[in-house]
This record gives sequence, structure tokens and C-alpha cells, in this order.
Amino acid sequence: MAKGKLSVMEGSMAIAQAVKACRPAVISAYPITPQTHIIEFLAQMVANGELDAEYIRADSEFSAASILAGASATGVRTYTASSSQGLLLMTEMIYHLARTRLPVVFTGTNRQITAPIGLQPDHQDTMSFRDAGMIELYVEDVQEAYDTHLQAFKIAEDHDILLPVMVCMDGFVLTHVFEPVKTFEQADVDAFLPPYEPIHFLSLDKPMVFGSGTDDVNTMEFHYMNHQAVLRARDKIETVAREFETSFGHYRGGLIDTYATEDAEVILVAMGSIIGTLREAVDVLRAEGVKVGLVKVRSFRPFPAEALRQAISHAGAVAVLDRALSFGYQGVLATDVKTALYDAPVRPLVLGLMAGFGGREVNLDTVRQIVKRTQRALDEGRVSNETEFIDLKTETMPKFRVVT
Amino acid sequence: MDEIMFEKYDKMLFTPGHRACPGCGATIAVRAILEATGPNVFVVSPTGCLETFTAQYPYSPWGVPWLHVLFENAAAVASGVEAALKKRGLADKINIVIIGGDGGTHDIGLGALSGMLERGHNLTYICYDNEAYMNTGVQRSSATPVGASTATSPIGSQSWGKERPKKNLPAIALAHGVPYVATASIAYPKDLTRKVKQALAIRGPKYIEVHSPCPIGWGFDSSQTIEIAKLAVNTGLVPIYEAFQDQPLKVRKLPKRVPVNEYLRQQKRFRHLVDGQGDETHVALIQAIADDNVRRYGLA
Repeated sequence: MAKGKLSVMEGSMAIAQAVKACRPAVISAYPITPQTHIIEFLAQMVANGELDAEYIRADSEFSAASILAGASATGVRTYTASSSQGLLLMTEMIYHLARTRLPVVFTGTNRQITAPIGLQPDHQDTMSFRDAGMIELYVEDVQEAYDTHLQAFKIAEDHDILLPVMVCMDGFVLTHVFEPVKTFEQADVDAFLPPYEPIHFLSLDKPMVFGSGTDDVNTMEFHYMNHQAVLRARDKIETVAREFETSFGHYRGGLIDTYATEDAEVILVAMGSIIGTLREAVDVLRAEGVKVGLVKVRSFRPFPAEALRQAISHAGAVAVLDRALSFGYQGVLATDVKTALYDAPVRPLVLGLMAGFGGREVNLDTVRQIVKRTQRALDEGRVSNETEFIDLKTETMPKFRVVT
Repeated sequence: MDEIMFEKYDKMLFTPGHRACPGCGATIAVRAILEATGPNVFVVSPTGCLETFTAQYPYSPWGVPWLHVLFENAAAVASGVEAALKKRGLADKINIVIIGGDGGTHDIGLGALSGMLERGHNLTYICYDNEAYMNTGVQRSSATPVGASTATSPIGSQSWGKERPKKNLPAIALAHGVPYVATASIAYPKDLTRKVKQALAIRGPKYIEVHSPCPIGWGFDSSQTIEIAKLAVNTGLVPIYEAFQDQPLKVRKLPKRVPVNEYLRQQKRFRHLVDGQGDETHVALIQAIADDNVRRYGLA
């Protein structure tokens, strides 16, 4: 049954409304562009008495995440949002939240990392938490961002999971855009997302010690259990997406999304808001007779290796569009895609391409160029292991040189 | 055997059997603090000696709920605990006390502490000040007193120990406009217990600094912890006081002051100043700090 009310609103307002509907008990945040509108809208909701949450204006992003660790360990639902340097400053806490199994929900509004300082979206900030032990979901439009926040709390707080979840959405492109968004009645959200029921929390009834040290006798087992929880999230993410569909009438979720892949010779693999552009480009190129398809990686951790193998193994060549780079090796997503394919009986050529890195625009012409490059690889029957940079302006680099 | 142990220690808030060094000042502080709080308390600790010697999985001496997160954020973590207790309707029923060392308080945790003090949480932050990073092997902190030799402020031909005076964190806390700041010493545990009770009776952020000698780090016999702590107070180097808002300072007077030399010469960390020919210039400088404290805090 389809539910909800369609209205045009800013992406940040949609997030604030989703978070409000999830009834977090404690919110803590520190301002950073482009996350600010989200935490401003939430502050106004609290100020108006529309949202009954403790809202703590922290002295840093690191403190914000620490405050939520304390709140979550005391057994309540918690939320924060940050971006770029703010997320990096939270890094020590993000690892800690994952390893202590505290289900804090984050919005990561993607923004490039300093230096150089800048505001444009790429994925270097959030993808740096690849190994933290948390769940990361990337969304392509405002509706998916809204829907995913409702699902995020349900996934995070599930007793089989108990992990922090970060909903990653490209800054400005999704946070500051105005789009039609279907939002849901509070009663319907309450029915989908019941109150958080913590298992272990600070309590006088049963005094417990939280945050003990371990040595070589126990540490690996804790890490193993954390790893298993992230792996279990592969099923949970799908289950929650189907429960969401049952509750609200549309399916937005899962580990990956495929578009025109069945007979595709070339498949593009990407994450985030760039997917919208790629869908349009696939339509245009298909109309021109190019057999191109698209896979959206929605869940970066857990990584959907099996789903990806099924979706792309049959293609001739795959182009991974990366917005985060492991400097000195390859694009971060490309590395994972190649690893996932290694065990496949038949595997396509995989091109790792930096596209949209540092916020560089990816438009129809860029996609044409990428598809042509991929077709050339297909014709040649080989690819290089070296990452290629799309639209790299080699002529400007000599001007940047400070060391000769 | 297990049952006997259980019966004996089940109701204790802090049992023996933890891993603190013999003569540890911090454990004396913890027992005096829990004497004040009773069982209705959550304790939050940063990483440090106290965390290390009380929380090695699966053992713990804590009989009250205890939470450790990281080194530099105990004040922030406790802020979140308080917020959650408010939402659970338990804020008036449970006290929250942070107990951390000087490294986690004066240095790496200062930002989080300042945020906590400024936001006005109803929390009591207690620093057991043993004047260096003891857990990692006695490196200087900003709470290390001038002239002390540590692993990272060693004496040498170009060095007479730590060159800068101790950071005055109680004054920094007071500058936040908080309702209660106090200093104490493990030499006087009843005074500490009373001050913690006083802090818990006041709403808002409170800061208490407890001077806690460390036999290993300072270089004295583990039987002398209390004596060293008393000497520190009686020289005037560690003023003991309570500061309420809009009230004159309440200080512990020193009827018989002791020259700093008496204090310095009993600790290996200061011995280079007093042994052999000594270092009269720098001893005089330290004596001047004590004299200044006497004037400034009205200790005489």
C-alpha cells in the first residue's frame, strides 16, 4: 500500500524530517559545511517542541561522537551528522563505536578532504571508514536518503547487528537540492521502527563494566564477532528494505541496484548521486545502440561481493567510477570490485577510473568518454592495472609545482 | 571459595584485587570518592592508570556501573550519559562522576572538559593528579611541576627537568563560571569525601582536582604515599581549597609550613635539585612558587 505525502523540499530538510520521525533521544553535532542545514533544521524542531530530543551542541565533531557513545551506552537512540574533516576528526570514535557495538546513526554528507581545502563532494571522507567495522550505505537522490535514514536505525539497532550505520549522501548535490520527496506519517514510521531496545547498557540494577582492555587471548574474538555482525548485515539490509516496502509501498534499499545490465557489454559501477547522471546517460547511449548498463553499489560495507558477481560477471568490460583513491594503489571501489570478481568462473575486464574525484563534474560527455574508453579495452582485450583519471588537466599541473 | 569471595565483596563498590601498583595514590582517591557517592553512581573514566588497573577483561573491581571509551573524551562521554539519563527519567536518581588522570584531563581531554563545563551538564569531574603520564611510563604532562625529571623531560647538561610550571586547571575550570571547584589531596581522604558530597549537592558542572602521589613515577617508597602527599600540601605547592560562586575562597590553612627542600629531596624526580651541591637557583624558584601560593590563596 502506497503511503506518504509528496512535497518539494531541500535534501537537508528531508533528512531532518526522517531523523525527527525516528525519534532519537540524543542528538549531538558540530557544524561543518555541507551538513549544517540538517543540524539547523533539527535544532529548530527541538526549539519548537516538535522533536523531544536532548540536543547537545558539542565542542567538536570528536566530542559529538563521544557524547553519542555515552548516550548509546546508556541505552537510547542516537544521531549525528558530519562531513569531510569533521568525519576524519571522529575517526577514533567511529572505530570505537563499531567495536563496542553501539548503534549510532550518522549522516555523512560527502565532501572532499583537505588539503587543498574545498567544499566539493567526493567519497574520500566516508570511505576512509572502510575498515572501521561499521555499515555504510550510499544514496543517489533525496528520496533514497530519506528512506535510508528510516531503514538505518532499524538495521543498526537490530540485535543481530548492533553497529553504527552511516548514510552517505553527496554534499550540496543532495543536501542542498530541492526535490519532490514523499514523507510518511509519524504513526506509520512508528509502526515500521519500534523504540530501541538495548541489550547491554549502564544500569544500577546490573552494574557492568564497559570498555575493558583485552590482550592476545581475547582481542581477535571481539574483532571476529564485529566482522560477523557486519557480514550479517548483508541479509539484514535486504530484509529491512523489503519490510520498508511492505510498510510504505515502495522499495528503496538493498545492497546494490542494477539498471539495464542483462545484455550489457559494458557495465558502469559507481556510488552516490552520480548514479542519477549515469541512469540518464545509459538511456541516451542505449537509444544510440550502445549496450551499456549500470550497477549502483548501495552498501559499501558490508561489501556486496556475491550480488556484484551475479550482476556484472557476464559483461565484457566493467568501468568502476571511483570518487575515493587509495593513494599509491588504486581507486577504493575498483579495488573491491576486482577482488569480488577474482573468484568468478568468468570475469570481465575491469577498468578503474577516477571520475568525479574532488567534485569534478561528470556529465553526459564524460560518460560517453568513459564508455568509449571501456569499449576500447574490450576491443584490445586487456586493461592496465593503473588507475586512470578522467578529465585530468595535465596542462595545469606544472603551475602547481612547488618542488622542481 | 567463590561463594566466600562473592559474599565478602558483592556489596563493595571497589574491591581489592585490582592491578594498581603498591602505594598507588589514585586508588585512595577512588575509595574516598565512592564513599561519597554510594552505589547510586555511574563512573566514567578516560584511558589511563585507573582504566588499565581496573578493567582488564574479564576482571574488574568496580561495583558500580563504569564506562571507559577513549583517552581524550571522558567529559564528552559523560555528557552523553547525562543526556540519556534525562531521557530515561533517571537524571535525578543517579549521579555521574568522571574520574580521570592529569594526562586525560589537563592535556588531551581539555577540549572535551571545557565543552562539558561550558554546556552546564550536571556532572562532577574529578582528576586524580599524579603529575605525569604514569600509565605509559612517566612522561611529562602539563600537570608535571617545574623541575621534575620525567622520561620526556629528563635532566641533562642542557636540562634541569621540566622547564614550565604546572598548568593551573582548577583556575581554568573556575573561569568557565561553574558553581563549584575544589582541590584536595589523598593525604586527607575525609576532606575529599566531603568535597565530593558537596559537589554532588550542587547542580551543574563541578571540577575537583585530587593530588595523588605515584611511588613509581615520583621515585619514593610505596609506604610513603600519604606522607609525601602531606608534605606537598604543607609546603604550599599544592593549595587545598574550595571555590563557590560569589563566595570567598575556603582554604586549608598551613599552620606549620615546610620548606620545599624537604619535599623535593624525598623524590627521585627532584633529587638532581637537592643532591650533592644542589641547584639552589631552581630550588629557590620552586620555593617562590610555594610562597606565591601562600599569598595568592591565603594559606598562612
